[in-house]
Amino acid sequence: MKRNWMAYPYFFWMLLFTIVPLLMVLYFSFTASVNGDGRFSFANFQRVLDPLYLNVIWRSVRLAFISTVICLVLGYPVAMLLAQSQASRQFTLIVLFVIPMWMNFLARTYAWMTLLERNGLINTFLGWFGLGPYNLLHTEFAVVLGMIYNFLPFMVLPIYTVLNKMDPALTEASYDLGATPIRTFFRVTLPLSLPGVLSGISMVFMPAVTTFVIPQLLGGGQFTMIGNLIEQQFLRSNDWGFGSALSIILMLLILLSMRIMSHYDRDRGEGGGFF
Amino acid sequence: MAEEIIRLVNIAKEFHGVQVLDHINLQIFRNEFVTLLGPSGCGKTTTLRIIGGFESPSSGDLLFEGERINEVPSFKRRVNTVFQNYALFPHLNVFENIAFGLRISKLNNKQIARKVTEALELVNLRGYEKRGIHSLSGGQQQRVAIARAVVNEPEVLLLDEPLAALDLKLRKEMQIELKNIQKRLGITFIFVTHDQEEALTMSDTIVVMKDGRIQQIGQPIDIYNEPKNMFVADFIGASTILPGRFIQDFHVFFADRAFDCVDKGFAPQEEVDVVIRPEDVKLVAPEDGMLQGVVTSVVFKGVHYEMLVESGDIVWKVHSTLMEPVGSNVGMVILPNDIHVMKKVAS
Ligand SMILES: Nc1ncnc2c1ncn2[C@@H]1O[C@H](COP(=O)(O)OP(=O)(O)OP(=O)(O)O)[C@@H](O)[C@H]1O
Ligand SMILES: [Mg+2]
Repeated sequence: MKRNWMAYPYFFWMLLFTIVPLLMVLYFSFTASVNGDGRFSFANFQRVLDPLYLNVIWRSVRLAFISTVICLVLGYPVAMLLAQSQASRQFTLIVLFVIPMWMNFLARTYAWMTLLERNGLINTFLGWFGLGPYNLLHTEFAVVLGMIYNFLPFMVLPIYTVLNKMDPALTEASYDLGATPIRTFFRVTLPLSLPGVLSGISMVFMPAVTTFVIPQLLGGGQFTMIGNLIEQQFLRSNDWGFGSALSIILMLLILLSMRIMSHYDRDRGEGGGFF
Repeated sequence: MAEEIIRLVNIAKEFHGVQVLDHINLQIFRNEFVTLLGPSGCGKTTTLRIIGGFESPSSGDLLFEGERINEVPSFKRRVNTVFQNYALFPHLNVFENIAFGLRISKLNNKQIARKVTEALELVNLRGYEKRGIHSLSGGQQQRVAIARAVVNEPEVLLLDEPLAALDLKLRKEMQIELKNIQKRLGITFIFVTHDQEEALTMSDTIVVMKDGRIQQIGQPIDIYNEPKNMFVADFIGASTILPGRFIQDFHVFFADRAFDCVDKGFAPQEEVDVVIRPEDVKLVAPEDGMLQGVVTSVVFKGVHYEMLVESGDIVWKVHSTLMEPVGSNVGMVILPNDIHVMKKVAS
């Protein structure tokens, strides 16, 4: 078989920016510095087992999971509405929905800070009804809110894409066979949109579990997530070994969650999901 | 077959200001096999979709057993559909596709298995239960779609060109099979096709449509022998259609001479269309013919020969079991009974 030389540039790109960094991370994570020179060691991974750090990992997974579930519950109906609206209006609606994503991520998150402040817009508004002021900023609530706000489009778009491509004749066939709209949803629409749901879940869960800007700004640093921990190791503590070990744990976490999801996707004939 | 089951009263349908159905009136009886026949885009599918509840008419009433059902949603209508593009569920295998309606009506697993097996037998697909939809050929998918609808034993079955993807042999088999199903289960069939032969052989009643209007409703034999206008005549068979002039009752002028006919009631000198079926033109010796001509082409059609005979500036289509070679001079005889005089339609 003829090798395709057109693939070489991609191969070198992968080698340079994926394989090599990965090997470096692996190297650092299994190296402990003893008197200035590196030795092979499990010390970095052992450190992760400290309840302090396990707690951080658990919090990351928990908050990312909560955000993903809420994104799914909010995003699915939005995707359905989008897919069902008239073709001429669909484009406008999608643009309206995506426009916030064109704004800088930091700017958006800072905007939420001013909204949630003790004398911010929301508390002022609640004050008119004699409520509050509440501590909204620097809470887990704020962190989850920030993640939902930033990642919701990543849930909506893949589900919308799948629903939009779905043959409307299939729901008609289901009605024809006597299924009510609710049954039709659970027996036809939902199973057929599963690939979109699964890629939506991965596209929300992955950035949510790794984010460090959102917990820093909206959580006020009180709700350290694994992303913050990694950032600290590299930028402040200068402990590349421990930072690399955490990164590898994070990668394994993501791989594991992908694995669980592709398991649910396995007995379906149709692909279209993430794996 | 007197009991009415479905009636369309002045049904009209517009899409974005374009009239697709123009005041359709149609009465369908229990156990009847009705075929909607017409060229592509004439509104056959739209008519079925209105009966099935997937489209609501712009005006007019749809009656089921005498009751207006315009507003009844499709999942409550006692009607099942074989869709033109099958619309099989890609996430379910053959068995589950066919079982879909049965599961909705809460049958137990044993009953479901028995009925699905029967339905698969009916469409010649035993052993395909576990197959995925995408692993089936177009014809097999079409048969699964038929099984999925028939298995529910609906009172009315709507079939939108259900045999279009089958090869000739399978198509003939399925025509007979469908007709059997219809008779045995006593289901009313509303069948869509644009194949006139299929319509003629299967139907109790044929509804010929064009541009959203009903052209003629009748039994196959009537439609074939007494087409109401040139469109029906042209669509139903490969007839020769000629412009003519009515002389007086039982006399008509065409092809440069007067003929005796059995038609009356047209005005003297009225411009008319005359339809002659190819099998009604008898070839004889030139001197015995009412018309003379030269054979210009011969095609063997399986049972008969189709010949074109040029006479003056008219080309006659002639079917005969006896072949006259190209170039031979022939005479043609047309009996009064075989001359169909029709009102001229602006087309
Ligand atoms: N949803 C729709 N929007 C706009 N126009 C439509 C729609 N559905 C059908 N039409 C138009 O209505 C006319 C009749 O369509 P219909 O599908 O009923 O034809 P048909 O007789 O079934 O044709 P075919 O034999 O090709 O299936 C066509 O001109 C078609 O373009
Ligand atoms: Mg059609």
